[in-house]
Amino acid sequence: MLQVIVFLIAAAIVLVGAGGVIFARHPVHAALFLIQTLFGVAVLFLVIEAHFLAAIQVIVYAGAIVILFLFVIMLLGVDRSENLRVEPIIGQRQLAWFTGASILGLLLAIIYSVDGATGFQSSRSALDRLGVDGEPLPDVNQLAESIFTDFVFAFEVTGLLLTVAVVGAVVMARKISGELQPLPDLPERRVSRAADAADPTADDAVVDAEEA
Amino acid sequence: MDLVLTPTWYLVLGALLFSIGAVGLLVRRNPLVMFMCVELMLNAVNLTFVALAWGLNDIGGQVAVFFVMVVAAAEVVIGLAIVVAIMRRRQDATADDLSVLRG
Repeated sequence: MLQVIVFLIAAAIVLVGAGGVIFARHPVHAALFLIQTLFGVAVLFLVIEAHFLAAIQVIVYAGAIVILFLFVIMLLGVDRSENLRVEPIIGQRQLAWFTGASILGLLLAIIYSVDGATGFQSSRSALDRLGVDGEPLPDVNQLAESIFTDFVFAFEVTGLLLTVAVVGAVVMARKISGELQPLPDLPERRVSRAADAADPTADDAVVDAEEA
Repeated sequence: MDLVLTPTWYLVLGALLFSIGAVGLLVRRNPLVMFMCVELMLNAVNLTFVALAWGLNDIGGQVAVFFVMVVAAAEVVIGLAIVVAIMRRRQDATADDLSVLRG
């Protein structure tokens, strides 16, 4: 019963946060709503005793990924609100809602058609693999054992993936020397406003560098 | 009333979260917010994986979530690098402007 109550509260937090992400006009607000959702998911992980993943969820998602989002938003000065009523492609919004409703309907149909047939054991409270002392092993032990035996090759490839991602990010975010060619049909007004917003930070960076 | 938490509750919540993320991805035009919607969808899948790992008593689901998180981190790094590269040349680009990326 307690599990159900915690689940319902966390689910409400998650869904409100998710709604906030897609309806917030301001990207910063969307990022903050995303943090709310991610924390809710971490609570949901805790309810079903995925303790390690709950910790990783908070550290990696809320601590690193969302901060990266906020950092880019602040860095680029794109923290302007978006007018959600503007619709460049006619009928895109209706089509998007229709698509979302279709996906939801399909997923729910799948869930209810396989429910009960998959051998769920509803009242199970833990992954009850037993250790040498007869106590159930904590999830982190089981996870580590699985990753470093069955999935060790995938784990190594993951390291390679992260290295490639870091190198790629450095290559793409590097300042390109020489004059940048303007992109086609550049709107004048936006550029000047953006340049005004970007200049002070650039000056600060220079001052900081000199002081250091 | 004796309610028992079953993986089905998690699957339904995951389906809802995935749909919300999909709608957001299609509706929003700011590339950063679109990335956030992708994160929502990835979290919905993670929720499903963990719920099934719990329901079927198999740690493999949690291992899958571990790898999904790593791939999500890599994806965000690369995606934001692309956004930074685009925005440096044109401020407040929307997803529609990213058609300049075509070959």
